[in-house]
Amino acid sequence: MAISRQKKELFMRMLFTLLGATGIIILTLILLFLVKEGMPIFSEVSVTDFLFGKYWYPTYDPPDFGILPLIAGTFSVTVISSIIAIPLGVMTAVYLAEIATPRIRGIVKPIVELIEGLPTVVIGFFGMVVMAPFLQRIFDMPTGLNLFNASIMLAFMSVPTICSISEDAIYSVPQEMREASLALGATHLETIIRVILPASLSGISTAVILGISRAVGETMVVLMVAGGAAMIPGSLFDPVRPMPATIAAEMAEAPYQSEHYYALFAIGLVLFVFTFAFNMLADYLAHKHKQVGAATL
Amino acid sequence: MKASSIKRRRKKQAAVFWILRGAAIVNGLALFVILFFIVVNGISAINWEFLSEPPRNSMTEGGILPCIVGTFLLSFGSLLVAFPWGVATAIYLSEYAKPGPWVRFIRLGINNLAGVPSVVYGLFGLALFVTAMGMGVSLLAGMLTLGAFILPLIIGTAEEALRSVPQTYREASLGLGATKWQTVYRVVLPAAFPKMLTGMILGLSRVAGETAPIMFTAAVFYTPEMPTSVFSDVMALPYHIYVLATAGTNIEETRHLQYGTALVLMALVFGMNMFSIWYRSRIQKRT
Repeated sequence: MAISRQKKELFMRMLFTLLGATGIIILTLILLFLVKEGMPIFSEVSVTDFLFGKYWYPTYDPPDFGILPLIAGTFSVTVISSIIAIPLGVMTAVYLAEIATPRIRGIVKPIVELIEGLPTVVIGFFGMVVMAPFLQRIFDMPTGLNLFNASIMLAFMSVPTICSISEDAIYSVPQEMREASLALGATHLETIIRVILPASLSGISTAVILGISRAVGETMVVLMVAGGAAMIPGSLFDPVRPMPATIAAEMAEAPYQSEHYYALFAIGLVLFVFTFAFNMLADYLAHKHKQVGAATL
Repeated sequence: MKASSIKRRRKKQAAVFWILRGAAIVNGLALFVILFFIVVNGISAINWEFLSEPPRNSMTEGGILPCIVGTFLLSFGSLLVAFPWGVATAIYLSEYAKPGPWVRFIRLGINNLAGVPSVVYGLFGLALFVTAMGMGVSLLAGMLTLGAFILPLIIGTAEEALRSVPQTYREASLGLGATKWQTVYRVVLPAAFPKMLTGMILGLSRVAGETAPIMFTAAVFYTPEMPTSVFSDVMALPYHIYVLATAGTNIEETRHLQYGTALVLMALVFGMNMFSIWYRSRIQKRT
């Protein structure tokens, strides 16, 4: 009886240890299949030509597989959406953590969570049928589906990520630090700027990087709103075709295991590497500058 | 002199606080505007026929029943895969694992999994489930892809739930002579279950609205038949919105159908979200 209990215990421990590695296994599988299906393109096109080629005409004869315009599309959309989303997200976080009364917090926090839960296809749809005609009318543009519109929509959906992680970071700054600063005669605002923000900076940076990473990989919004032209944008109102949009738009028509199919998987690999780098950076920042606790003061 | 300086500082503070308040208001306003347009334009499309019949006349008339059914099957199916698996990983991390490089490595993997773009999950599902394992574009391939997609969120919420169970519960059980597994199974899991449920509902709402992972793995433009097995392809609400809005036979004329579908999807997702927010605050009050 006693032995069977111990055996069962040992078995359960081994089972859970095995299941615990699931995340790693799936991540490895994803990488493996991206490499397997994406690599064959590099026997046709060199890595340099693929990454820095200026023309993406996968269905022409002969085809061009240069993804620089797609990278430029992702880059521009990400930068512009970040310019909007980072201040908005961090300011909302400061407001929630420091200024809002519990009652208002109880209203605003669920709003932020609801925005996070909004299906991206709905945001894309809104950008297409409401925002695009609106922008077209005020700025008198040929089309409202462009870099600017996509950036606004993307910013809207990365704000909750930035806001909720930043808020946690600000919230976890020890109360003693606030009190010390206030006792020295600083106003609440001065305390926020000089004490609380520096103390929570690593958490806020993590939040910002994860927000950016989300914008890089977001698919439906850029697919529906960015306009879809595979060219390097010259102005804020040019249409672009970011990498995720290219994959989503073209996979259905790319014949199985054609060059086009391989090229789309290779774009997926590039995207994977980008977001992987962002996540590692976020993780590094979060661990390198662990927040100081009250005991270390 | 001194008094005026304090006054100036106070004024500055008041001004900046209003800007911060403004940022919070912008978020609320943006959500309100989106909700407003979808609800106002979508409500007229909603009637019994819209909810209970398949599309007709090359998707320019009729309803969205197959999409509703497809989205339900995909969401619950993916949770069926991801929930037990995610909870098991969380049990390992919270109950069995000892802090060290291996756990750090596992966590890093999970964090990175959470950051993988949804369209890359779609590629992964296409390469592994649809082609390599020969499932074809099917309900099953979609469930597995979405299951992998939602796994990090399930692990995160489940672990948080396990960690919120007081240490004294475990000590009491172990003190009575129970083994580790008996403690986990009989004491810790039941205590953590309500919180895990919130995580599950949140996961459900997330997968219901997700489009990119099912684009190449499960969803099709149009299928006249209801799914009969896990190997059938299906229609799904988010994909239906995308198709009608970008590639339908008559994009302008089916606009009310697009708004209607978006409204149904949003109501579904928000309903689940709000339930989980409400349920969470109820649990928190009780403890």
